[in-house]
Amino acid sequence: MFEINLGHYLTLSAIIFTIGVAGIFLNRKNIIVILMSIELILLAVNINLVSFSVFLGDLTGQIFTLFILTVAAAEAAIGLAIIVVYFRNAGTIRVEEIDKLKG
Amino acid sequence: MLIDDRMIQGIFFYIFALIAIISAIMVTVSRNTVHSVFFLILDFVSISCLFIMSGAEFLGMIMLIVYVGAVAVLFLFVVMMLNVAQQENEWFQSKKSKEQNSSHIPVGFLISTIIFFELIVVIGGWKLKPEIFSNLKPEVMLGTTNTHSIGSVLYTDYIHLFQISGMILLVSMIGAIVLTYKKRVGLKRQSYVRQISREKISGVEIVNVDKNKGVKIDV
Repeated sequence: MFEINLGHYLTLSAIIFTIGVAGIFLNRKNIIVILMSIELILLAVNINLVSFSVFLGDLTGQIFTLFILTVAAAEAAIGLAIIVVYFRNAGTIRVEEIDKLKG
Repeated sequence: MLIDDRMIQGIFFYIFALIAIISAIMVTVSRNTVHSVFFLILDFVSISCLFIMSGAEFLGMIMLIVYVGAVAVLFLFVVMMLNVAQQENEWFQSKKSKEQNSSHIPVGFLISTIIFFELIVVIGGWKLKPEIFSNLKPEVMLGTTNTHSIGSVLYTDYIHLFQISGMILLVSMIGAIVLTYKKRVGLKRQSYVRQISREKISGVEIVNVDKNKGVKIDV
């Protein structure tokens, strides 16, 4: 049980991924929590890549984790900027009240 | 009872994993958005501890710097700037329709449970191909640190991807600035064109002032 192998890390990443997906589905609050759930999903992907990289002795996974980190940071910056602009225009960022595109 | 290194490693893995899972749950269910951001920080810290423990020290440290130092602080800034912490955050409940319970919640639970069990089935049932170990290219160099070997691979084999990721960061920076830039009216600004193209004739007007009369200056 205390022998840690690849399966433990993959299970942890599966659990965190599922929590992130559920956070997107079940959210009725502000949209910032949805962005944080996306960050959780990317974190789960990073755990997968790093654990495979470590257990196989291949550095490619860690390199790609670095790139995912870059893209996640860029996505967070752009997403938060869009949220700020939307809040300035509409006055709310509640998920259920963002229905301007419905027509 | 003999306590060896592997067992200590296992205990620490379970501690960090438990903290990570609990804080990930708290990110999605906590009522206050500021608390969500704090739990996100806790999640990133414990996952980076796991990375450092499993031998990817460079990525663990980068996770700490990028996520805890930059992204989480950005989230915190935006949460406090938009003042959404004071908004009422009732979970699983819509403000518009208090009576009718929305139907997406059981569907969401169902779909996420199915995703979880699919992932578990995949994790439990896979096996490595035997020829994969001959195909692994950038092997971990023995005798060097993790950072050293990542650098020797990143700046040679993946240099183009590295530069493209730099471009992505630049574009996102410009995009964030352009999106949130607001041109305010009624603000006195410096205009270089007007300053440079200003002539003596248009700038100064010589008025003959009559005695005991004064002069009226147009404002």
